[in-house]
Amino acid sequence: MDLATYVLIALFAPLAGATVQIFLGRRLPRHGDWLCVGVLFVSFVASIPTFNAVWANPAFKLQILSEWLTLGSFGIPLGLQVDGLTGIMLTVVSFIAAFIHLYSVGYMHGDPRYSRYFAYLNFFTFSMLGLVLADNFFLIYVFWELVGLSSYLLIGFWFERPAAANAGKKAFIVNRVGDVGFFVGILLLWTQLGTFRFEEVFKGIAAGQMAGPLLTVTGLCVFLGAVGKSAQFPLHVWLPDAMEGPTPVSALIHAATMVAAGVYMVGRVYPVFTPDAFVVIAYVAGITAFFAGTIALTQFDIKRVIAYSTLSQLGYMMLGLATGGYVAGLFHLVTHAFFKALMFLAAGSVIHALHTQDLREMGGLRAKMPVTFWTMMAGSLALAGVPPFSGFFSKDAIIGATLGFVMAHPQHLLLALFAVGGALLTGLYAFRLMFLAFTGAPRDREKHHHAHESPPVMTVPLVVLAVFAVGAGWGGWFERLVRPPVELPHGPAGAHTLALALSLLAAGLGILLAYWTYVVGKISAGRVADRYRPVYTLLFNKYYVDELYAAGVVRPFLALTRGCAAFDLGVIDGFVNWCGRFTRGVSRVQGWIDFRIVDGAVNLVGNAIRAWGAVLRLVQTGVVQNYILVLLGGVLVILLLKVL
Amino acid sequence: MIGLHHYLVVSAVLFALGMFAIITRKNGVAILMGIELVLNAANLNFVAFSRYVWGGLTGQVFAIFVIMLAAAEAAVMLAIVIAVYDRFQSIDVDRVDSLKG
Repeated sequence: MDLATYVLIALFAPLAGATVQIFLGRRLPRHGDWLCVGVLFVSFVASIPTFNAVWANPAFKLQILSEWLTLGSFGIPLGLQVDGLTGIMLTVVSFIAAFIHLYSVGYMHGDPRYSRYFAYLNFFTFSMLGLVLADNFFLIYVFWELVGLSSYLLIGFWFERPAAANAGKKAFIVNRVGDVGFFVGILLLWTQLGTFRFEEVFKGIAAGQMAGPLLTVTGLCVFLGAVGKSAQFPLHVWLPDAMEGPTPVSALIHAATMVAAGVYMVGRVYPVFTPDAFVVIAYVAGITAFFAGTIALTQFDIKRVIAYSTLSQLGYMMLGLATGGYVAGLFHLVTHAFFKALMFLAAGSVIHALHTQDLREMGGLRAKMPVTFWTMMAGSLALAGVPPFSGFFSKDAIIGATLGFVMAHPQHLLLALFAVGGALLTGLYAFRLMFLAFTGAPRDREKHHHAHESPPVMTVPLVVLAVFAVGAGWGGWFERLVRPPVELPHGPAGAHTLALALSLLAAGLGILLAYWTYVVGKISAGRVADRYRPVYTLLFNKYYVDELYAAGVVRPFLALTRGCAAFDLGVIDGFVNWCGRFTRGVSRVQGWIDFRIVDGAVNLVGNAIRAWGAVLRLVQTGVVQNYILVLLGGVLVILLLKVL
Repeated sequence: MIGLHHYLVVSAVLFALGMFAIITRKNGVAILMGIELVLNAANLNFVAFSRYVWGGLTGQVFAIFVIMLAAAEAAVMLAIVIAVYDRFQSIDVDRVDSLKG
């Protein structure tokens, strides 16, 4: 088999799984979980030759071209492409998704819609793999929307709970806002360059067919799509709510599929963005990275803490991409995929054991759940950026890129503060979670007593992912495979050394603060919260962004719709009703005329004829002899008249 | 000497008798007979006028035509009477009044 076949198998195996599962899942043995997990491992195995090919030759490029339709000179391409970045993403996504599927077998055990869950999960993976492989804007948009759809289905999977149903809707609608931007961006590119294909678009931009403010605006439109999908400020609100979905789904969304899509897309269409656009992206990303970190400090729901950490890390990825750290940003995407999937699955394991998500009811789980503890510790160390864990390498590179950018453009100093401050916050909230959940005395003895380590089907994925969370940063393999598509400016020489020092310092300080606060107890979290009550309230309520949207968007919109409804009921319906009444009145008059005058005349004619007929019919006896008699009489009369 | 008038009187009597039979008889066949009388009264007139007034053979030929016609008419009429009997189980013409208005 050639490579293209492997790529197609990797792409379509999950779709085949989803299709079979949705129709036959309930009738298959074990509700088809083996099938869905199996196709994902097939997909992963089929992606390995691709990885080998790009590993052997980093400049490797494979294109599978096809055309969807051609209308004159306008064609919609349907091509797939494989290059270094795709090769990595294909392998990483199918790998992580495969283990999340495996983990789900344990986590979702006994759910009434067990079979459908796996169908959705397969479909989600298929959408993401398609998005990764697409070689044109049209196809990437199609899969972009499919990813959005599957996330909606899975976030709202337990739709009996209103919170889950609302979270699904919220994710879908907020994403829609971003998608409109993406769509407009694609259309702008098409009107200017007349093509959807990445290669041709990049060639056109390199040739200067599209430049200046228009290209900046187009880039920002495209970025708006990533803002929605990758949950950047200010469209980040859906991601924490998405925690209403099953925990493995959260892991999938945060690690491999949904939010990765935005970052991947920005990396894929990198040449579309102008330096001006990158400044805007950098600020959006910096704000997301820093402020999401501050929110994470105050949350008590274990999944929400991790969710806000994802927001923060996504901000880092975008920041890296925007400040010239192309490889760094995408590298962080991959390492983050490993350790964030790990952390979510570990959190799921804790939730599975305790049946609560509240950190205040946990504590002292280290001895009860050693595998979960150690794997999650590996994930947290990677998240905080402690060497030699994978997160350290990627985050350090991002901070290096940011510092380089700031040194070259000192007016953007704020970005450096966001980056370093965010690193400190990351260490702090990651270990706050670890210490609250796993160390100290159990705060809820009842729950603690019943807690137990999860079954092997859940812990094996944890261990596998932990291995990668530790080691994914070693060896410089990523730099070997991924090359920036455009020439990037090199930051000043000292930037990287400074970044190394600062990020280590920030992470160490963050972890130390967490240790002092939650283990040693030298700093009382409660007292700090009391002292800075307004700040704490602001953070605890997530900067009131949701409330702001409610007041600024949702409520005016509802008021507008109520106004429209009133207008519809009062004016339009009133007019329609008036028309109806008027017609009824007119027709009543018409009816009277019809009944009395027209029908009267007709009846009169009829009656007159009938009356005459009644007289005349007396003559018509039917007896021939009568007729003859009358005939004879007539003849006699004529004769008499003649004679007289 | 028997003149035209005698013939005319006989003819008139025949015609009157035939007419009377046509009008008063209930039996379809009797009406047929009345019609024969009327026709023959006319024949008598034809022949009489031919002999006394016009001369020639025109009137007599006409009478022969009428006799022929009467024969044909009798055949048709009898057929009608049979059809009427078939339908009404009677040849009483009073009962054949389906055309009553």
